[in-house]
Amino acid sequence: MNGSFIHLAGVRKAYGEHLAISDASFDVMPGELVSLVGPSGCGKSTLLKILAGLHPHDGGELRIGSPSHPFDPSRDVGMVFQAPLLLKWRRILENVLLPAEILGLPMAQSRSRARDLLALVGLAGNEAKYPYELSGGMQQRAAIARALIHDPKLVLMDEPFGALDALTREKMNLELLRIWKEAGKTIVFVTHGISEAVFLGTRVVVLTAGPARMADNFEVDLPHPRTLEMKTHEKFGEYTRRIYRLLGME
Amino acid sequence: MNSKAGRWTLAVLAHLALLLAWYLFVRLGNVPKFVMPSPAATLDALLAPNYSWWTNIAVTGTEIFGGYLLALVVGVSLALVFTWSKLLEAFFMPLLVSLNMIPKVALGPLIIVWFKYGVFPNSIMAFSIAVFPILLTTARGLREIEPELLDLVRSLKGSRWQLFTKIQLPGALPYIFAGMKVGAILAVAGAIVGEFLGSDKGLGYLMLQVQVTLDTPAMFMAVIMITALGMLLYGLVLLLERLLVVKDARVA
Repeated sequence: MNGSFIHLAGVRKAYGEHLAISDASFDVMPGELVSLVGPSGCGKSTLLKILAGLHPHDGGELRIGSPSHPFDPSRDVGMVFQAPLLLKWRRILENVLLPAEILGLPMAQSRSRARDLLALVGLAGNEAKYPYELSGGMQQRAAIARALIHDPKLVLMDEPFGALDALTREKMNLELLRIWKEAGKTIVFVTHGISEAVFLGTRVVVLTAGPARMADNFEVDLPHPRTLEMKTHEKFGEYTRRIYRLLGME
Repeated sequence: MNSKAGRWTLAVLAHLALLLAWYLFVRLGNVPKFVMPSPAATLDALLAPNYSWWTNIAVTGTEIFGGYLLALVVGVSLALVFTWSKLLEAFFMPLLVSLNMIPKVALGPLIIVWFKYGVFPNSIMAFSIAVFPILLTTARGLREIEPELLDLVRSLKGSRWQLFTKIQLPGALPYIFAGMKVGAILAVAGAIVGEFLGSDKGLGYLMLQVQVTLDTPAMFMAVIMITALGMLLYGLVLLLERLLVVKDARVA
């Protein structure tokens, strides 16, 4: 697609005999938040690792970046995982600074940026705390700030709220949408939560397991900013039913 | 009794209670001095003219601390080498696990054959018994790294050295200290066994000397001094851990 930031056409990945992904084809426009949804074993995490440049793909075409949005694979990727993975021995501010240290960015600027990001994710005042002093949800906020510290163009999230309780998770969904709007990043969000995928995504890519393949790719036509109340809309229900059907659950 | 002061008070009280029980047992039971001396008689042993307490404490202390420091340097260094070379680790690690099964005390007579007797062979004894827990726990700590954290560093094209200094080594510190604590206790035992087997100085040597004359108070005093040396070493390790390892990361 013209002007797309990420372009996949027939991307395929196998580990020996085991086919992890096949025929993944979709486009992501700059600034989109794309949900990758599917059951365990559908290859969504593998796809994320391919986008992160951690694994090569075996076939098909993959391009990240465009003339208007150039992409440097060594410093334009931010990652958030299911566990916050904060370093226990570092204070929150120092945890957020880790990618900046690895990339060798100027420290004084990075420190002030880290403070701004902690304020953005709602953690102002917690800079000097250690991870164990924060709740799971707060630790995950810090992990999001860490993923943004080096100002990456692409943020990859692998079930970041999967370990949180239901209420915290809904709250973090709203927070993520706010952060996404303010930070203006392209986000690829992996989840097995169908309603989460629809609620967050400007686009949803559905993957199915056994054999792993891409089953659907559609735009979510719900207005922004999204509100929890939208989950009761007829349209929202249509989208989630569409995914349930594809996953053979209806 | 959850407050810090409360717990400290209880700890001190427990020690004082033991002293009191010891005193009452000897006093009320009319226990002969050569079987079990009273706390006061034990203290008097320090005044005995030709036991050279200070020299013996210094000798045993040198053996314990010397052997322990060597074990720390060798144990941590070997573990570091192993994290950098998978081949070396795969080759040596199973061997070291087997060697760890040797009851180190059984090496005593050999060590005397190889190094004669004195401070050096007794340090080797302390070293040989303390080095394994330090090496094995350090190696384990360096291996324990979440795969996703590895992904995070690799996605930023971080170097092997950055991974090591920023994540692996600080992450292994709690494990290193866990090994150091076990090693500290074992080093004391190693040095004393060494002195029992062959030496001409030290608190273990003194115990064997006064055993002949049934000077039980001096034997009690020697045990207390050995324990105090062990507590000093252990305390230093705890202090260092407190300074270097964040509370939540400490391994009990």
